[in-house]
Formats: sequence, C-alpha cells, structure tokens
Amino acid sequence: MIQIQQLSKKYKGSDDFSVHNLDLNIQEKEIFGLLGPNGAGKTTLISLLSSLIKPTSGNFTINGLSFKKNKNQLKQIIGIVPQEYALYPSLTAYENLQYFGSMYGLKGKELKDKIMAGLEKLGLEKFSHKKIITFSGGMKRRINLLASILHNPKVLFLDEPTVGVDVQSKNVIIEYLKELNQLGTTIIYTSHHLNEAEAFCTRVAIIDHGTIITKGKPEELIRTHENAHNLEDVFLQITGKALRDHA
Amino acid sequence: MHKLWASAHKELLLLSRDWGGIAILFIMPLVLIITITLIQDSTFKTISDEKMPILLVNNDEGSVSESIYSELENAGNFQLITLDSESEAREKITNGEYQLAIVIPEGLSDALQKKVNQNVDNLLAKFELLETDSLPQASIQSKEIHLYFDPATQQTFKSSVRNGIDKMISKIETTSIYKAFQEQVADDENEVIFETQSFITFKEIIPQHGQDELIPNSVQHNVPAWTLFAIFFIIVPLSINLVKEKSQGTFVRLRTNPVNYATVLGGKTIVYLSVCIIQFILMLLTGVFLFPKMGLPALDVSGRLLNLFIVAGFSGLAAIGLGLLLGTIAKTQEQSAPFGATFVVILAALGGVWVPVFVMPKFMQTLSNISPMNWGLNAFYDVFLRHGGIGDILPEISLLFGFFIVTTLVAIVYNEKKNAV
Repeated sequence: MIQIQQLSKKYKGSDDFSVHNLDLNIQEKEIFGLLGPNGAGKTTLISLLSSLIKPTSGNFTINGLSFKKNKNQLKQIIGIVPQEYALYPSLTAYENLQYFGSMYGLKGKELKDKIMAGLEKLGLEKFSHKKIITFSGGMKRRINLLASILHNPKVLFLDEPTVGVDVQSKNVIIEYLKELNQLGTTIIYTSHHLNEAEAFCTRVAIIDHGTIITKGKPEELIRTHENAHNLEDVFLQITGKALRDHA
Repeated sequence: MHKLWASAHKELLLLSRDWGGIAILFIMPLVLIITITLIQDSTFKTISDEKMPILLVNNDEGSVSESIYSELENAGNFQLITLDSESEAREKITNGEYQLAIVIPEGLSDALQKKVNQNVDNLLAKFELLETDSLPQASIQSKEIHLYFDPATQQTFKSSVRNGIDKMISKIETTSIYKAFQEQVADDENEVIFETQSFITFKEIIPQHGQDELIPNSVQHNVPAWTLFAIFFIIVPLSINLVKEKSQGTFVRLRTNPVNYATVLGGKTIVYLSVCIIQFILMLLTGVFLFPKMGLPALDVSGRLLNLFIVAGFSGLAAIGLGLLLGTIAKTQEQSAPFGATFVVILAALGGVWVPVFVMPKFMQTLSNISPMNWGLNAFYDVFLRHGGIGDILPEISLLFGFFIVTTLVAIVYNEKKNAV
C-alpha cells in the first residue's frame, strides 16, 4: 500500500536530517503506529507522506501513486488528521464538515448523509448546528477527525489524534478508527500514548533521529526485548531516558 | 466550480458571523464620506454662514484703510475685530487665539495719494500738459501692510488670503490713479472720463461630453474620492482573514485537500467584491438621498449608473488583489493590519485623494501614475464629472484589472514557493 524508499528530509537552515534514508513498507488495512520521542521525525514523516512538504531525497508511493507525478490523485485517496484543530471556530460543526467535504468534490445529499452519519457515529449529532468555538477539546478532536474522512480515504494519517482529550472521547475515536480500518482504511498514526498504541496498532515502528530503530508487531517487540513487559519498556530501552526538549 | 462556490459560501458564513466586522465594513465608510463632505462643503462654499474672525489694526484712519475695511466686510467671510496696537494683535496671533491679523500702517492713505499724484503729474508733464518746474521732487517711502498668521495656519489658506488682499490693494491703487487723472484732466469734476468697472471679466466653463450640464460641487468631488478610499480599505479585513486561516490551521488542512490556492482565493474574491459593491451602493444612496437632507448638494448619478458600477467593480478587484497578496505574505495580524491601513493611506495620497495630482511635485506625479487609486479616481472623475463613456474609462479599468491579475498571481506563486519546503 505504502512504499517508502530512502526518504530524507532536511529543513532549510538545519544541520540535521529530520528524516534520514528511511525505508518502510506498510500493507493495506494495517494500523501502523509511528512512535518516538519529541523531535524524532514522526510529524515530518507524516507531512512528507501527505504532500505538505517536499522530500530532500528519496521517493514514496501510496497505492501506486507517486507524490511527484500524481499529487492531486494522491490527495484524493488520503486523509490527514492534523495535530492542531484545523477548523473554523465561528462556523458550526455541520458548516465546517460541509466545506471540507466540498473540497473533496462531495455535494448534495451524498455529502449531507455522510456528515450526519459521521456525526451520529461520533456522538455529535445533537451539536451539528453549534459553533466549534463552543465545543470542548474532545468534541473538537472528533470533528477534526470527521473532516478528514468524509471522502472515505484509502489511507488515513493521524498525528496524535487523542492528545488532550477525555477518556470517553478517546474511546469513541479509537473505536471509530477500528471500524474504519475494518472497512478497508489503512491507518498510520503517531502517538505518545504507548499503551493506546500497543492495544490499537497491528504494527509499530520506533523512530529516533529520523531513522527507524525497530519495527514489528507490538507483542513481538515486547517479547524480543529483555525485561520488557509492555511497549513503554521497549521504547525506553531503545530511546533512553534522557529528556528530549528542543525548541 | 463547485469548490469555488463552496469556498465563497464559507467566506460568506464567516463574514456573517462577525457583526462587528460587518458594521465596520459598511458603517465606517459612510461616516467617513459624510464627515469629509460636510467639512469640505463648507470650505468650498464662497458664502458661508460661518465667519472667520480676523484682527484689524488701523493706524491709517484714511480713505485707503476705509476701503480695506469695507472690502473685507463686504466679502462676507470675515468677522472684523478692531484692535488699537500691533503688539496686541501680534500677541493674540502668537497665542493661537486668531489665525490672521492685518495691520495697516500709519499714513498709508496720504502716502498712496502723494505717490499717485506724483506719478500722474510726471506723466502729464511728459505730454507737456503740466509744467516740469511745478513737479514735486521728494521721494515717497513705500508702505507695508503687515499680515500676521498663526503658525498652525495652512499654506494654502495663507496664499489665498495674501492674494485676496493683494487684489484688494491693487484695486484701491487703480481707483486712486483714475481719480488723480480725473482731477487733473477733467474740467467738470462730475464729468466721467474713465470707466472704472473691470473691462476683463471671467466666465467659468466646464467642458463635458454630452449635452447635460453639471456644475461640479464638493459632493461630486468627494463621493468618488472617498468611496475609492473606503473600497481600498477592504485590504485590511481581507488580509486579516487570510492570516487567520494560517493561524487557526485551516490552511494546513486545505493544503492537504485536492483544491488549489487559486480556488481558495477565488472564493474570497467573490465575497469581498460583493462587499465592495454593497459599500458603493450605500455610499451612492447616501449621496443621492441623505446629503440633500443634510443641506449638502445631492449626488447626481443620472445616466451614469452602469459605468459607475463598472469602475467600482474593477477598483474593488484591484483592492482585493492587494489584500490577497498582503494576506499571503504576512505572517501575523500585527503585520497585515497596520501595514494594510498605512499602505491605503499612502496609495490615497499618491492617487490624488488628499491633494490633486497636478499640484504635486513632478516626481510624485510620476509615482502617482502607478497608484491604482489614481486609476480608479480618474475613471470615477471621467464618469462623474466629464460624462465619460465606457471608451473613456477603458484604459483605467484595464489597468485596475491588470493590477488584480498581477497581485493575485504573485500571491499564488509566493504561496507555492513558500510551501515548497
């Protein structure tokens, strides 16, 4: 589904690569977790795969489409849930979804039905005509997700989709993502919630300094690392306990 | 096309949720145009109800000072306040209590009369109508009328007052010369030899296309100028709108959507152009219906409406192009809002909204040619004051449209380059 070959990204003015000679294959219908400390290169990798930024070198294809030759087709089959709320605060949930759905060419009854179905699934149908500015963090996260999947993307990128939300909202989001995955959507997701990733992902890769240190099924990684009882133990063994603050 | 209309619909919703912003967009231009027209109308009026108080120190007490006094009183624009001493007048002007003081020197009437008589006698002697021996030889000292101006007084006002007094003095001198000749030449003192009425008079003609006669007034001048100024202020909310999209993350989402930047800008253009047209309609309605009720001349738009809307539309497009470019380049509202507002004022100054272009220095006149506000103002004047048709405004509206295309293209290219990280 996703083939990444020798992908590198070095930002202008930076001495280091944010992503460096990265190779990775992700299969169809996988839920793939990109895990790593702050500044490891997770968000840069997702930004590259969603065509927000251009690679310094290397290549990747999604469903056989190259970012170099088929950028618009590629945008049509992917969905991106950004880390920040990317919504218009003064518009209602319905108006936000209607606009972003329209940008994928959806219109009329089809668009309306998809919006209402999505709102119902995420428990927001009562709030469809309320302005986003009045929503809680969890409600915004759910609308943020819905705005990215109205066009039924084949691949969904999520950059920390459950950060800063209450347990109930997190549960609704994760359950909905599992349902989407069962319907055929490949999911690539980043998170600092390692317990969540362990339970949710079919495969994970631990990234540090722009390269993949290890990858595999969560249970395999736990088994193959000595004294590791969970994914967090594996993570700390690989990336160390030093703080990774950077500005 | 569907994406374009969806973008326009979203912009309309965003705008409709900001009542404060709408009020500023529609009410402030009306307040501006009413205020400026009221101020300028009273300035343009030759006979005004408001009289300007001026100080007069009359040290002459002769016929010349009497003439000056009566001329000033008859002008109707001044309220004369007589003072006894020049120092007192000087102090009041220095303190800013009054804008102007006129000090007539002692013996002005006598000196003028002697000088005129001397000149007349010399002339008559040349024609041998008078004997040379009887001519007075003493030289007569010239006299100065002192004009004191408040330092805050504008140069244009000073010039017009100086010219007015100069003209008045010339008239008095001419009358004295005629009178001296009359006394010397005429046998009968009641016999009229010289016609003292002005021989050369002026007739003001305003050439226009077509048969309709329109006398330009402050409203015909002000409405187009300040309408254009208000239309260009659309730069500020439009650039803020674009900067907000960046700061609230919606631009990032749009960049991942299969929609190009031109479509996003197109949606904004449709809505903000509609705002410009509504602003224009409101200002026309104010000029046509509200101004007469306020004692101002009514705005005459008869037979020109279509061309006026064409000029307003293309001016709006030029302003929007500039707003799109500014909003694309600016990173924060703190950058876009002050820059946008100041830049509009600069464009207005260059365009001739404050001061007519023909009185500017040569270099500024050249610069004025590249101000879109100058193109818009000329097109409005073509329609409003010269009865110009579509052919007359074609060069200006082509420039305005070209400006919109260029600024929008630069915004799109800049956005592409900036995001190609």
